[in-house]
Amino acid sequence: MSKRYWEHYSHPADMGIRGVGPTKEEAFSQAAMAMTAVVTDLQTVEPKEQIEIRCEEQDDELLFVKWLSAILYEMATRHMLFSKFEVKIEDNQLYAKAWGESIDVKKHSPAVEVKAATYTDLNVEQDKDGNWQVQCIVDV
Amino acid sequence: MYAEKLKRRSECEWYIEPFGEMRVPVIIYADEQLIKDMDDKVYEQAVNVAKLPGIVKASFAMPDAHWGYGFPIGGVAGFDAEKGGVVSAGGVGFDIACGVRALGTGLRVSDIEPLKAQLADMLSRRIPAGLGSRGKLVLSKEQMDEMLMGGAQWAVERGYGTKDDLRRIEENGRMAGAKPRYVSDHAKERQKDEVGTLGSGNHYLEIQKVTDIYDDAIAGAFGLAKDDIILSIHCGSRGLGHQIGTDYLPKMVKAARSQGIELPEKELACALINSDIGQQYLGAMNCGINCAIANRQVLTHLARGVFDEALPKSNLTLLYDVSHNTCKLEEHVVEGKPRKLYVHRKGATRAFGPGHASLPGEFGKAGQPVLIGGTMGTASYILAGTEEGMSTSFGSCCHGAGRAMSRKQATKRWHGKDVVRALAEKNIIIRSASYRGVAEEAPQAYKDVSVVVEATEKAHLARKVARLEPVICVKG
Repeated sequence: MSKRYWEHYSHPADMGIRGVGPTKEEAFSQAAMAMTAVVTDLQTVEPKEQIEIRCEEQDDELLFVKWLSAILYEMATRHMLFSKFEVKIEDNQLYAKAWGESIDVKKHSPAVEVKAATYTDLNVEQDKDGNWQVQCIVDV
Repeated sequence: MYAEKLKRRSECEWYIEPFGEMRVPVIIYADEQLIKDMDDKVYEQAVNVAKLPGIVKASFAMPDAHWGYGFPIGGVAGFDAEKGGVVSAGGVGFDIACGVRALGTGLRVSDIEPLKAQLADMLSRRIPAGLGSRGKLVLSKEQMDEMLMGGAQWAVERGYGTKDDLRRIEENGRMAGAKPRYVSDHAKERQKDEVGTLGSGNHYLEIQKVTDIYDDAIAGAFGLAKDDIILSIHCGSRGLGHQIGTDYLPKMVKAARSQGIELPEKELACALINSDIGQQYLGAMNCGINCAIANRQVLTHLARGVFDEALPKSNLTLLYDVSHNTCKLEEHVVEGKPRKLYVHRKGATRAFGPGHASLPGEFGKAGQPVLIGGTMGTASYILAGTEEGMSTSFGSCCHGAGRAMSRKQATKRWHGKDVVRALAEKNIIIRSASYRGVAEEAPQAYKDVSVVVEATEKAHLARKVARLEPVICVKG
């Protein structure tokens, strides 16, 4: 059965984010939603504006952290939050569309800023049912 | 952590004999209860650090140690470049030179009592805090490089503070060896409008009162007396530091592979100090240090503006500014011989003893002021470095309380509104953009900072000088 969800899991100082989906791409998208949900209630972020993100790395795990890092960079420099993602991965090259809106402190009341995606507890794997699960700890 | 896994050498010192690929022992400073409460990851990570090439003497963990990124938070390790030593981005952390700055205000508790709410409002309006806030300064590319080279000196030259401030900042407010060309355009872009912002998470600007003095002579040298009002700022190198960490981690994973360094975990990514990547990282990290101290300098200037308006008789003078996420080249005596070591302190504070050449003359007998941040509802401490600490832990000690509970657990247990109300009953004013953020930083989510400080003193890493309690907290 294919599953599609994101979740947070506990880390003593920071936060673990996990994305699950029937494809690697979907799992990457779900994990990105989990990262936004560390900052704010995902429901409050309207997918008004679309941007593009590209990155590449030599393996799935490094690519996953690079993907999250690229989103953090866009969040920080565009002063935006993103709630919807569409990811394509081919030969360790990632191309994505992300939808979101400008940060509004009153509307989003951001709890915390994510400083970085880390290699701690980093894992990208496919289970026996074919579902992909991707995860790592983010530093807040 | 099971105390049985460790050999107890004194009340607050625990030892792990080298085994397997460990090159040096592990030494953990903590009392028995702190050891029992410490997560097993500290054991694992401190042992991993002991396996790194060129490590000297021991892999240390401070009393507030917990699970970190490669290095434990609260980890200290020195490496000799000439013996194949390494530098690790994980050993510094993503918030390069995050640290604490304390300032005397010339005010007493009774001076601010009638103005507290007004002062809290003014500070929270003027101090950019939390995600989405921007600084007033927007730096051009040239100005960015100047800031990265000049640190707090750069800020003072532009009117943010006085020359006297610089004497009370590590490295006199400017870290040498900063090389902006090794900082990516992305990192600079992220920092463009973040100078003079507090950040978020456990960062804060606090008005505190001195509740106890433990050592009159040193308190005198530091200019501290009971019922004094102190301003304390906890923050770091903002987007620039975060991006430098992000940029160099994958580079170091690859460098370690090509340099034949076996990594027990990816996050422990490191490179030989004497290699291109090692030198580039150090050049970039030194920029991160300058960015952090420039940031705290600009924030100080903003706070001074508020105090000048609200309390014209105040006079904000720097007590000290010390970082707790750094790697610095220092001279330490090991087995009777002076050696130059690259000392990583990840969530650990430099605590140089009396007479150290880097200290301003007036602290000669007292030792370096060590600033230990507490949580919103509990105490902070000011300690002083000791001679014993110089000979045991490369002049290093704890940095804060350390979390006892995850953010997820904290938000499940408390609601931010209740936390703010409970603190108000204790006469502590909180200003924050987010109730969830307040819940995540609830005082009860942290270890008892007093226990951490007691263990630090019992291990002779630093001496207790003063205890402070928050009056107003502007939360990042």
